[in-house]
Amino acid sequence: MIDLDAEAIYRRFAARVRERTAGRDVRLVGVRTGGVWLAERLRDALGIRHPVGVLDISFYRDDFDRQGLSPTVKPSQIDFDVDGKNLLLVDDVLYTGRTVRAAMNELFDYGRPARIDLAVLIDRGGRELPVEASVVGATVEVPREVSVVLSRDETGGLHLTLEQHGG
Amino acid sequence: MAEVGRHPQLNRNGELHHLLSIEELPRAILERILTTADSFINLAEREVKSVPLLRGRSVFNLFFENSTRTRTTFEIAARRLSADVFNLDITRSSTAKGESLLDTINNLTAMQADMFVVRHASSGAPYLIARHVAPHVHVINAGDGRHAHPTQGLLDMYTIRHYKRDFTQLTVAIVGDILHSRVARSAIHGLTTLGVPEVRAVGPLTLLPGGLEQLGVRVCTRLEDGIRGADVIIMLRLQNERMKGALLPSAQEYFRNYGLTPEKLQLARTDAIVMHPGPMNRGVEIDSHVADGTQSVILPQVTFGIAVRMAVLALVSSSQRMQ
Repeated sequence: MIDLDAEAIYRRFAARVRERTAGRDVRLVGVRTGGVWLAERLRDALGIRHPVGVLDISFYRDDFDRQGLSPTVKPSQIDFDVDGKNLLLVDDVLYTGRTVRAAMNELFDYGRPARIDLAVLIDRGGRELPVEASVVGATVEVPREVSVVLSRDETGGLHLTLEQHGG
Repeated sequence: MAEVGRHPQLNRNGELHHLLSIEELPRAILERILTTADSFINLAEREVKSVPLLRGRSVFNLFFENSTRTRTTFEIAARRLSADVFNLDITRSSTAKGESLLDTINNLTAMQADMFVVRHASSGAPYLIARHVAPHVHVINAGDGRHAHPTQGLLDMYTIRHYKRDFTQLTVAIVGDILHSRVARSAIHGLTTLGVPEVRAVGPLTLLPGGLEQLGVRVCTRLEDGIRGADVIIMLRLQNERMKGALLPSAQEYFRNYGLTPEKLQLARTDAIVMHPGPMNRGVEIDSHVADGTQSVILPQVTFGIAVRMAVLALVSSSQRMQ
């Protein structure tokens, strides 16, 4: 029903990111976990020398009261000073916008970036906050009860699957 | 409010709801606390050292017994999670006016407390409070009598894991006043639950409680035997009042027999770490050259203690959704 060839979407996504960031000194920050995979591949593809920043937004989520703490929480790691930098925030799927809000809140606790752009592999609509991406690999429409899940195999290949969840 | 037969610390889903003692907690819960603490360790390097996780929650520090150090680390932990912290000096206020423990708790609950961090001279006081509070309120034991000091035990486990990685190959010696030490008791439960194959309790017979062997602990009355080949040495604070009773002859003699000196430390493995819950009595249980030496991890313990307490506060709050 929907074209979910992750590698093809990624190639388009990477080309758009390259176009968007041409001639600018950009630092990549990936949102764990899928966003980090993408940011690492973009770093190699674009020849960016700076390390990829890693955000785990578990401590910034607005649904802590309902969901509790993620059992897989890991440390965020940003090994560069974000002050005055151009940041490209990378995530796999943009949905309600809440993850992006949490990620931006966390980034500001590291300093004051000059600019933050957002690049997402998949935009599935359904926004609950005024958040839009600067770069989108593909836009898909899926029902509420379906999750779009990015996974990575042992060889680093990306896969997108649609998963039905309860409710 | 409490249901008969319910686990005093876990909710129906097996999640940590109160932290009262390391004893009776499953290994998976201890590991989850240590893993969660990892995520809080490098917060101190950021421009903003706090995260918004517990924004709007009220944490009450109820210290019925003085402990500036423990109270301060809990306060820092709660503030780094953006909670509102209230310190109540209970020893000087309501209880002095004759208010009962549970009346005090009821009053504080009416002030919209979400969490109580309790230090009490009586063993079991935090259990009494935990049984009595409203279902959404969490209780953390910050030391009760001789019974338990679970966050100290957990920070000891965190420290050991940080330096030694694998618990299942270790020899750990706990040295000193095991009898009166809630720190020792919590450490023993933590170490055995996490799979440490050899835990030794080292001290004079008058300061060793009965029943250690049943906990899987090897008892040594000579320091030299206790620390030989050890990977980790946990020195306990010798409290001055023990000297006044008949339990010990003098501080000098205690130091001669059980004080950890650089010479004695050589009996342990060359990469052994030395821990101490603080505050130290230099020249009583530990020589300054050891306390300040390269094998000492006493100050890192303090730093790790904040991350571990943050993890505990975050995890108990996280269980709230079950109610």
